[in-house]
Amino acid sequence: MSARANLTLKRVVVRHHGDLDGDTITQTLMGLAFDAYRIEDAASAEDDQHGRARQLLRALAVAGFGAANIMLLSVSAWSGADGSIRDLFHLISGLIAVPVVAYSGRPFFQSAFSALSVRRVNMDVPISLAVLLAVGMSVFQTFTSKPDAYFDAAVMLLFFLLIGRYLDQLMRARARSAVTSLSEYAARDAIEILGDGSTRAIPVADIEVGMRLRLLPGGRVPVDCCVVQGTSDVDRAMVTGENEPMTVRVGEVLESGVLNLTGALEVEAERLVDQSFLAEISRMLDAAEKGKGRYVGLADRAAEIYTPAVHLVALTAFIGWMFVSGGDWQRSLLVAISTLIITCPCALGLAVPVAHVIAASRLFRWGLLMRNGGALERLARIRIAVFDKTGTLTSGQKTVVQMPKLTAPERDAFAALAGRSSHPAAMGIAAALGQTAPVALTHVTEEPGIGISARWDGASIALGRGQSGTRLEVDGVSLGEARFAETVRDRADEAIGGLARLGVQATILSGDTDQAVTNISRTVGIDDWRAKQSPKDKVSFVTTLSEEAFEGGVLMVGDGINDGPSLAAADVSIAPGSASDVGRHAADFVLARPSLEAIPNAVWLARRTNEIVLQNFGIALIYNLVAVPLAVAGFVTPLIAALAMSGSSIVVIANSLRLSHMEPPRFTPARGNSDEQAPALAPPAEVAA
Amino acid sequence: MTQLLFLIPVALFLGGLGLCAFLWCIRTGQFDDPDGAAERILHDD
Repeated sequence: MSARANLTLKRVVVRHHGDLDGDTITQTLMGLAFDAYRIEDAASAEDDQHGRARQLLRALAVAGFGAANIMLLSVSAWSGADGSIRDLFHLISGLIAVPVVAYSGRPFFQSAFSALSVRRVNMDVPISLAVLLAVGMSVFQTFTSKPDAYFDAAVMLLFFLLIGRYLDQLMRARARSAVTSLSEYAARDAIEILGDGSTRAIPVADIEVGMRLRLLPGGRVPVDCCVVQGTSDVDRAMVTGENEPMTVRVGEVLESGVLNLTGALEVEAERLVDQSFLAEISRMLDAAEKGKGRYVGLADRAAEIYTPAVHLVALTAFIGWMFVSGGDWQRSLLVAISTLIITCPCALGLAVPVAHVIAASRLFRWGLLMRNGGALERLARIRIAVFDKTGTLTSGQKTVVQMPKLTAPERDAFAALAGRSSHPAAMGIAAALGQTAPVALTHVTEEPGIGISARWDGASIALGRGQSGTRLEVDGVSLGEARFAETVRDRADEAIGGLARLGVQATILSGDTDQAVTNISRTVGIDDWRAKQSPKDKVSFVTTLSEEAFEGGVLMVGDGINDGPSLAAADVSIAPGSASDVGRHAADFVLARPSLEAIPNAVWLARRTNEIVLQNFGIALIYNLVAVPLAVAGFVTPLIAALAMSGSSIVVIANSLRLSHMEPPRFTPARGNSDEQAPALAPPAEVAA
Repeated sequence: MTQLLFLIPVALFLGGLGLCAFLWCIRTGQFDDPDGAAERILHDD
């Protein structure tokens, strides 16, 4: 029996002969003062990333073994052995090399083959070609007793390439570390509760909306669902970023991927697995990697032309050298092989994706979910940020500060009426009126933007939009208005100050009254505001800004579900919202935290990311400009080519990793102190009110 | 010459032992958590 603890994943794997059960292990761990919870399907954590890394590591080990032993023999062969001894050494080298190449070369051969089978070339094609040519040529040389066998170069080439691949694999895993391997959060099976109360196990893909499921302690929530029975503590760290377990009760919503800790729950499925939170996050990370930004399009097109060009250059080098050396095909082939290897566009291919994935995972940890990969580039270029007021700068909850005098039956009636609406004003009134006796209401009608009304005890009552609050009416007569105070989001002024320091101007655009907007604008420190804007006004304001005044640089922060058009009109959009609604937002980013400080940090990070991408392009370009002429001119052996090529990829990845160590500057509410000066721009055009 | 015919297989065998040991290490998961090994010294027990 053995146990291994993985400190990074906070996971213990215990291997035993079947004489222990999960509970005993959990109890033992708790007895040692650890908080232990059992996770189903621990084996699933070992697949995917780990599997591929292990495969590469094994190939690496075998290649290393082969390279070292062949080198032993090559030293003697190259330093003066000839005749039958040299042939013998070549033969033994070949006997080692061929199986080693067949095993360790598999990652490259499989990848090249799958690309070729769909009539594409990827960068593993020239590598596979180079290795096979080198081995083939060396075998020929051995059997014809010629001196130029390059088994050592071929195997060492593989060895160094595999080192590069393995490190690349590790670093990619680290770059995605915010949501390391999504499969480790995914449940495999679910337990369905049938009509008669019995249960059966079903695959997660078969879960339908409305199905009742049982969620055991240690299990992962399979789909977005709502608790129907039971209470438990759950770990929602991947949704909220909070590591503290949260207690859930009947009626609360759980997202897929959340870990149930202490109690058994009965839940009702609300979404299919593909529309649940985990699938959404997975799609977003994919979008981050493949985002259609300007730079990505550039890299893609370059890569498409590049690989065929590589083969062409190698072929030309071969032919050229045949002429120059008068038919020395060994030398020519060697040059061609070196060219094939050194021109590998690994660095170019990595320049954008690695930086974007690292940036996306950092944003994720700050609570900003990126839905659109290309948005990161655009975020770096913004010059003005337009904020919605209610729900964006304010927390959307309204607290009643003044209530008209009501008789006890009126209190009951209005409390019941307010309870029927989910408008923030109604919820505020219901909260202020507190515990009341239940009242029967009929003909309850809610009109969005106008109010809610009903019939009560022969009279009609209504809650409607008043001049400075919500009007309470009975039979058409106003009893007075309930006045509210809005709570501004925590440290919103610091966020605005942060944007100012980055050279980004801020504006408030709201449908509310002048008075309400000025109150907020003073608190958060925004001087420029527009009030009483209808949804259409908002769209035209944003469009004008974006087209005429601040070309390419308008960020809109507002309600993602209801304000779609204004968000779409902006160049980049952020919607404050809950992570579970992420699929319904029309914005490029969703802010799943109560504080706005992620916004200036995100702008700062986007600018650094663009810089890093440009640096990466620079590195890839310099490497190619220097390396290719050297290879074609015959100064580079296959070995050096392999080292150089792996080196260039590692340099690009290392440069991108700098992104995860950069700290954003601490933003203080400094007004008018811009560290990064925005270029001189025309002032925004006056928009007709 | 006969020395070579003896020594080369010996070298390969010893190298092979090292390789097998390494492959066994991979199989028992010793390389799965490089960061955790570094953090272990910070634990109090």
